[in-house]
This record gives sequence, C-alpha cells and structure tokens, in this order.
Amino acid sequence: MKLSREDVEHVAHLARLNFREEEKEKFTLQLNDILVYMDILNKVDTAGVEPMTHAITLNNAFRDDEVLNSVGVEKILTNAPDRMGGCFRVPKVIE
Amino acid sequence: MEFEPVIGLEVHAQLLTNTKIFCGCSTRFGEAPNSNTCPICSGMPGVLPVLNKKVVEYTIKMGLATSCHINNINTWARKNYFYPDLPKGYQITQFAEPIAEHGYVDVEINGNKKRIGITRIHIEEDAGKSIHDENQPASYIDLNRAGVPLIEIVSEPDIRSAEEGVGYLRRLHEILVYLGICDGNMEEGSFRCDANISLRPKGQEKFGIRAELKNMNSFRHVHRALEYEIKRQQYILESGGHVVQETRLWDEAQGVTHPMRGKEEAHDYRYFPDPDLVAVHLSDEWIEEIRKTLPELPLAKRERFVAEFDIPLYDAQVLTASRALADYYEEIARKSGKPKIASNWVMGDVLGHLKEDRLEIDESPVSAHSLVSMIGLIEDGTISGKIAKEVFEEMWNTGKEPGTIVEEKGLVQITDTSAIEQAVDDVLATNPTQVNEYRQGKEKLFGFFVGQVMKVTKGKANPKLVNDLLKKKLSEG
Repeated sequence: MKLSREDVEHVAHLARLNFREEEKEKFTLQLNDILVYMDILNKVDTAGVEPMTHAITLNNAFRDDEVLNSVGVEKILTNAPDRMGGCFRVPKVIE
Repeated sequence: MEFEPVIGLEVHAQLLTNTKIFCGCSTRFGEAPNSNTCPICSGMPGVLPVLNKKVVEYTIKMGLATSCHINNINTWARKNYFYPDLPKGYQITQFAEPIAEHGYVDVEINGNKKRIGITRIHIEEDAGKSIHDENQPASYIDLNRAGVPLIEIVSEPDIRSAEEGVGYLRRLHEILVYLGICDGNMEEGSFRCDANISLRPKGQEKFGIRAELKNMNSFRHVHRALEYEIKRQQYILESGGHVVQETRLWDEAQGVTHPMRGKEEAHDYRYFPDPDLVAVHLSDEWIEEIRKTLPELPLAKRERFVAEFDIPLYDAQVLTASRALADYYEEIARKSGKPKIASNWVMGDVLGHLKEDRLEIDESPVSAHSLVSMIGLIEDGTISGKIAKEVFEEMWNTGKEPGTIVEEKGLVQITDTSAIEQAVDDVLATNPTQVNEYRQGKEKLFGFFVGQVMKVTKGKANPKLVNDLLKKKLSEG
C-alpha cells in the first residue's frame, strides 16, 4: 500500500471532510489505485523536460491597473448565511 | 556562556496599485466594509483571476533596487488553508521560484556598514480582515483587503541584534517609499514585519530553536520585541531549559511576548500550481527597461550629497529622508549655488516650520524657487541674514515672493555709507561712557555698538559697513 488509512484521515481533516469508517476504507483503496497508476507515468524518461504547469502554451496574460466597479455590499452579501451590518458574520475564530 | 542572537525578518509590503492583484476592485483603505469586493476577490466559484501588470513591474523594481537576481519564468501556486478571511480556501502566491532572489541591502549600524542578505522576494495576495466580537461568539469579515497585492521580502538569518533588525527594516522601508511602490504606512498595515529569532552559543555554527514573533506594528515595537525575546530565550537557555518552537505575539502594553493560542498542528499547505493563472515570462529587455526607471536610491543620494555639496553626513541623512525633501533641497542647492547655506535654511527654518504646522514638504508654503530668490537677495547684499529671517517668516505666512516682501516692507539693506555713518555718529554721541571704556581697552563693547547701530537702522544696515565704520570712528578718537 502506498497510502495508509492514517494518510487518508489526515488529508480528510485538512480538507475538513468527515468520513464514516467504511468510506475511509473505500477511499484508501481508491487513492492507492490512483497512485499505482501514477507509477506507470513515473516510468517515462523526463530527463531534460521542463515541468509543465499548464496544458496551454499561453503566457503573460495581464490586465492594466484600472479600477472597475465593485459589485456592492448588498450583492456580495446575498449568499451569506449570516451578516452584521456590511460584514459577513461567522463563528468566532479565536478564543 | 555568551549567546548570539540569530534573526531573520519577513516583511510584507502592500503595493501601491490602484486595483487588486487579480481583479479591478479598488485598493483604497478605509472604505465601508466589503464595498471593494467582487466575485473574484470574494472567492465565488467559476471566476477567472487576471494578473495586474503593475504588480509585476513594481516587484521587479524592488528586486533590482535590492540587487536581486530576477527569475525569467514565474508561476503561481495555491497555498491551502482554512480561515474565514480567506474566502477561496487558498492564497495565491509564488512558491518554488520567487520573482526575485539572492539580493542584499547595506545597513549602517553605529557608523559601520553591514550587509544583510535577502533570500527572496515573492508576490502574493493579501487576506481579508477579521474583527472579533468582544461579547458575542462571533467574528465579522471584511473582504476589502482580500486580493490586495503584497510582496513578501525574506531576509537571510544575518541579523545579530535588535538595532540591526530595525536598521534593516528602515532601509527596506526607505527603498520601498523612494521607489513609490508602497506608502509605507505601518499603522494601516502597508508595511508589516514578522521575525524569526533564536540564540546560539557564540562561536557555534548550528542555529538554536527559533520562535516566530508577530504583531509588531512600528519600528519601536520591533526593537522592543526583539530585545525582550533575546532576554527571554537567554534566560531559558542559561537556566538549562529549552526554547520551544512556536509563534509568539508581541504585547506592546505589557512589553512581553505571549505564545499564540490556537492551532498548533504542523502547517501542511499542500502547495500546487494554480491552474487559473498562466506563467509570467519576463524578458531581459523588459527587466532592463524597468531598471532604467529606477530612481537614485537613498543611500547613493546621501553619499552623493556629501561628496557634491560638501555637507556633513548627518545633514545628508536628514535631507534625504524622503525623495520630495531631497529634490527640494537639491533644487535650492543647485540654483542658489550655495549648498551649505541652502542646507542651513532647509534643515533649520523649513523643517522647523513644517513640523510646527504639521505639514509635509510638498505642502510647504515656501517653494524651492522662492528660497533660491531669498538666498540670492542675501548674497547680493540686498538684505542681511538677520532681515532674511524676518522675510522668511513673512514668506511662510503669506506665500509671497521674497522680493515683493522686501519692497513692501522697505527692508532693503542700507548700503549708503553716509546714512550708516550718520547712525554710527549718533550712537557714539549718545553713549560717551561706553566709548571711553572701549578706548581704554574694553574691546568686548564693540558688539554693543554694532547692536545699537542695528537698532537705530532697524536691522537694515549692511553689517560689514557698520563694522568698518565703527572701527574707524572708535580708533579716531
């Protein structure tokens, strides 16, 4: 196994996901399958090949430093579950 | 055992762009909460960030100004963590290859130059602001700052004292402001600093366990926090204990550092390339073009002022404190042809009045041009140095040109010998006792006579003529 159940639990925690025991079992196996498949790719000789960060060859996509209208407080808060004045209201972050 | 502090500093400087790094929202400080937001900087699904070109130009400027190597190929990474003021759940930053690296700045500590290395400068976006409720279990989130462009400047662990640390920060601050790429306002968070600090026995190469310091909002805070932390760690080590690797917050009110509460889990940011942003390729031509726009930097300007205008280093330091002040002084020094006199006026009268009236140099009611005219009037004998003070006062209050003031108030110096002679004769005639004493050897009284003549002529008599005539008349008797 390339990946343990503890690894899955760790990654799940980092992504704030909760799994049932049988799900952890299932995902451990599935993630292992993916990593085993990666091994096939690892066999390719990539000496002298630059790492690829994109599938497209385009680069230098810039915009000029010109102010565009923001959408406004009301619109940005439309989907907020809770608000206080113009702010998003969330459970307290620090003690 | 003697311990040596090893300090590295991380500075976050907010770039002075009009808009955020990946969207067209304004970066203006102090707006109503969430008014400068849009689907991109608030992390809505399906949006596409587009890089602000000015952010790249500004960062290259800083890299060049600190003698960094500029990397030609730049990519973007996602740094993943959860916090309510980070709406996307990741921060866009540069990871593997920063835009600039391997630079340095020279810092002067007690007259000695010390070179502090810069490991890297990279671009990233700022997070929003959390306001914590004192009474309720709630925090409030304002995303106006989310997506504001920052550069992070990481120093080598070359710093050995609180003085060196603050000296390094002042130098970075000065360069950023001179380049016009950061407003340097520490209170508003445009220039923030974190410190990594550890102690090691003197002579040992291996670093000790370090603590990370946060929440230092002024140069003074940084100085005090570093001094405190050096003492704290020294005490632990001397009493046989171990420094714990942790993040500590500076508490300015109590003058101590406290360990930061909350998540102690090791950071696992799972960086990966951001698929929304394509690479930035910087051609050597582009880099050279930007190099040509670099202004003269403060250290070079200081050295040039000392060499070219023959003024003391201290004066040069004061006069180059900001680019606007240096330009103001240099114009007067050049156009008047009297750099030392210019320095006296700017450092004394101009800076004094600015401080009193809480004005910045570019708000000075006395323009460089007017001060040049005034120095000209002194030099050609139209007014005396004493009258010049009066004229300057009037210039400051009314904004009038010195020539106009001199004319309106009839302050033109008396250079007519017969008029001064008359005044001298009057003074000698009304003070026979002093004249006698002087002639019997009490030469100190000469100043008294000069004063009296100046009083009679309302300060307008040419001092040299007064001196000459007094000497002549007093020795005649």
